[in-house]
Amino acid sequence: MLKGAGGLMVSGLAVWRGDRCLFSDLGVALNAGEMLYVSGANGSGKTTLLRMLCGLVLPEQGSICWDGKEIRELGDDYHRELFYFGHLNAIKEELSGLENLQMSAAMAGQPVTEAQAIDALDQMGLEGFEDLPAKVLSQGQKRRVALARLLLTRARLWVLDEPFTALDIVAIEHLRDTLRAHLAAQGMVVLTTHQQVDFGTMPIRQLKMDNRSEIGV
Amino acid sequence: MSQAGMMAVLMVVVRRDLILAVRRMSDVLTTLFFFVIVVSLFPLGVGPEMEVLREIAPGVIWVAALLASMLALERLFSDDYRDGALEQLLLLPQPLSLLVLSKVLAHWLISGAPLVLMAPLLGMQLGLSWDAIQVLLLTLLLGTPAMSLIGAVGAALTLGLRGRGVLLALLVLPLYIPVLIFGAGAVEASVSGLGASAHVSLLGAVLVLTLCFAPLATAMAMKISME
Repeated sequence: MLKGAGGLMVSGLAVWRGDRCLFSDLGVALNAGEMLYVSGANGSGKTTLLRMLCGLVLPEQGSICWDGKEIRELGDDYHRELFYFGHLNAIKEELSGLENLQMSAAMAGQPVTEAQAIDALDQMGLEGFEDLPAKVLSQGQKRRVALARLLLTRARLWVLDEPFTALDIVAIEHLRDTLRAHLAAQGMVVLTTHQQVDFGTMPIRQLKMDNRSEIGV
Repeated sequence: MSQAGMMAVLMVVVRRDLILAVRRMSDVLTTLFFFVIVVSLFPLGVGPEMEVLREIAPGVIWVAALLASMLALERLFSDDYRDGALEQLLLLPQPLSLLVLSKVLAHWLISGAPLVLMAPLLGMQLGLSWDAIQVLLLTLLLGTPAMSLIGAVGAALTLGLRGRGVLLALLVLPLYIPVLIFGAGAVEASVSGLGASAHVSLLGAVLVLTLCFAPLATAMAMKISME
């Protein structure tokens, strides 16, 4: 399902918020089957960096390349390979978990059958909640519905901003397994989290945003 | 991606917005009732003389329709903006302007089309002739989608701003002026027996023009607002 090598190449990235420089000359490379763990204090620019990697924010300096080409030039071809999970769930309160999942998959151009969607929700521990409108679900359950998309997407690069927030131990465990499987299939993950999560033997690069050192695999 | 695949995605966007609107029926009804009430206030304020009412009817109905569609505009992108769905929309592997067009189409079906359907009743209430009502229906059918398209640019520009309701009105209302002039002008021309075809043609031209350019402008504005 995941084919082709290559990866993400970031060089000379810089961002200012007003007069304050959040980061400058940031460079990092991510190859197939690797995870980039971005850590740093609040306000150190983690979310900005992640949004930049998605192309939601344009960098003032520097370049972001995917398989050797600028992501801005790739446009929709890049978006097809990308899955972004932000602070907001993008869950519609009026729709059921099942509808949310099916519609977001169809909108991404990767429609799934009802059985596949139900299976993904069950795997996220939402068995019996598939048909309830999302507004009656708890914060963590909504988060699980949103994360169930990970099980269905065919994107190679996952950009996850604080995916572990509001999840219980079982769900964290499951998400970790999902990430491991994605990496094993030559996928790529960029992620931030403030929680202590044991990633075990996964191939991880760490990017510390405070003093900005990159720690290798 | 193939043409068929893209159409399927656009249809999903429209269908999703329609389902959401049906499950939140109050939003649709508030716009419609606003339209009905504003028009119904005029006979109470101006007096019940049929002659006077017939004279002001085209302008009154058109201004009320304009304000009602303006009122609905705020909801066009704001829910998606709040829950993060707009961010995901920006990252879909489809041209953003076409996605915007689908959203505007859904928005028009929810908020514009009911106004068009209600207008003949209000026209009768103000004593318009059947011919004039037909012209009114036609001009609203051309004018309300044009207003939704123009309004979308303003709605995208003001995303996430404080006090955006008033700002949106200030931005968008002046741009509605051509639509209002040609729309109300057509009905007036029909009432006075001059024939409405010139006004209707111009209104059609406005719709075609906005159909071509407004989605592009909206997509640009949205990218800027989301940064």
